[in-house]
Amino acid sequence: MSVSSIAGRARKFAGRQGKAWFFNVCSVLLLLLLWQLIIVCTDVSSALFPSPFQTWRAFLEILNNGTLFDHFISSMYRFAVGFFVSVSVAVVFGLVFGWIDWLFRLVNPVLQILRPISPIAWMPFIVLAFGIGDAPAVVIIFLAGFFPVFLSTVAGVRNIPDIYFRVSASFGVGPVEIFWKVIFPAAFPQITSGIHLALGTAWVFLVCGEMVGAQSGLGYLIIDARNNLRYDILMTDIIVIGIIGFIMDSALGKFEKFILKKWGISE
Amino acid sequence: MYINIDNVSKRFTRKGKEFTALDNVSLTIERGEFICLLGPSGCGKSTLLNAIAGFEPPTEGSITIDGLDVRKPSSRNVTIFQNYGLLPWRNVLRNVELALESRNVSRTERTSRAKKYLEMVGLGNFLDVSPHQLSGGMQQRVAIARALTAEPDIIFMDEPFGALDAITRLKLQDDILQIQRKQKKTIIFVTHDIEEAVYLADRVVVMTPNPGKVKSVMKIELGPSRDRTSEDFFRTREKIFEIFNMTQHYDIEYTI
Ligand SMILES: Nc1ncnc2c1ncn2[C@@H]1O[C@H](COP(=O)(O)OP(=O)(O)OP(=O)(O)O)[C@@H](O)[C@H]1O
Ligand SMILES: [Mg+2]
Repeated sequence: MSVSSIAGRARKFAGRQGKAWFFNVCSVLLLLLLWQLIIVCTDVSSALFPSPFQTWRAFLEILNNGTLFDHFISSMYRFAVGFFVSVSVAVVFGLVFGWIDWLFRLVNPVLQILRPISPIAWMPFIVLAFGIGDAPAVVIIFLAGFFPVFLSTVAGVRNIPDIYFRVSASFGVGPVEIFWKVIFPAAFPQITSGIHLALGTAWVFLVCGEMVGAQSGLGYLIIDARNNLRYDILMTDIIVIGIIGFIMDSALGKFEKFILKKWGISE
Repeated sequence: MYINIDNVSKRFTRKGKEFTALDNVSLTIERGEFICLLGPSGCGKSTLLNAIAGFEPPTEGSITIDGLDVRKPSSRNVTIFQNYGLLPWRNVLRNVELALESRNVSRTERTSRAKKYLEMVGLGNFLDVSPHQLSGGMQQRVAIARALTAEPDIIFMDEPFGALDAITRLKLQDDILQIQRKQKKTIIFVTHDIEEAVYLADRVVVMTPNPGKVKSVMKIELGPSRDRTSEDFFRTREKIFEIFNMTQHYDIEYTI
């Protein structure tokens, strides 16, 4: 491939990226169109499959009467607590287990067995142990967030180039200092990407957790709307859950990019 | 006799087989000397340097600095690496300050010393820049400033200019010579570039591989300001070239 054609492709690609908003808007419009088309072309009852307009009305309704806000707050509260605790514990354990090789090798086989189990599978035990309320959802989020963050922290620590340790030894950096001066910052980009990954997973499981164990929250609202045959509210709720997940994911994606750039890993 | 390397051997086991990276190396180095370890890839230059710096102890033999056994890296000596070893999450100034953070030095003193040496290497205007925003040559200057800030007795350098372009390399060679003259540091410098060794060293330690040995030690008597284009420089270079091509083992000290 000639140099000029590579340059041409690069420019085109930049152009594509520059028009991101255009594609975002088109994508959403296309979805709405498809949605409306299904309503028009099939004879599905509007009570069972609401149209975009009905969904919008339901959105305004639960927005104005405060229902949406209340459930939103419950969910966010659980998510914040569960995710924060999960990330903190996973990072601290990850740093230690990544540093002490035999310790990680001792627990890794069991972790690999536990990891593929959906946190939801533990639900009956969790409800038995923690009862109904905020706790089950928080525990589910904790479990969902823990593994990606823990494993990426361990990998981050194990991948630290030897040269950082030689430099530290050269300047007499002590064994405790080295944790927050070298090990944590050196592993930070990988920790961030683990957190990014965990955020999406944890959000998915928050909704599951609330569908089973809670009396409030966006996940509970799904069950509640179904029980009341308010499929328009259900649809609104689904879209809200998606949008919140999307916003959090993009925010963390931006943060991750910023970290990579600051660390000089990518431009 | 400041650094004494006595019958040092280093063996690694690779795939169950034993491999001798250093075979019975003996060498003494005086305070304030500029020593170049010169030899082709795989002759054990880094292995020897790492042993003297305390990163990897030898399998046999002893190394003493100032009469004391070398067991682990001492904060009185500093190593400069080929790939700089700057911490990417710290800016230039904070990278250099690292040299003093584990010592009993006040914050203001730390900053002013770091700035002083950054100015010495010509980076006084780049204090809050990230390392990755600098060219390779500038990054290595930061590493040099960081090493000097520690005010070490010995500076170990493992192919510090190996990743730099020829012109930057010449410039940094002059810088390091100037600094060494001014500060009277003992420097042990690994290179596989004959010309670099002849330009910098008081003595060149010529090493050969399989197993890694010191073939000879050559005193370079070209005076303090060397001219790369002079007749003497040329002859010295030739001489070292010949040593590499000799099959016999000479343990004599050359003087030209
Ligand atoms: N940790 C190790 N394990 C096994 N073999 C090693 C190890 N470190 C070095 N060696 C071997 O010892 C020999 C000398 O290595 P060393 O790095 O000292 O060479 P060098 O002279 O610095 O070469 P270069 O110019 O390529 O850096 C090489 O053959 C190398 O493969
Ligand atoms: Mg080497």
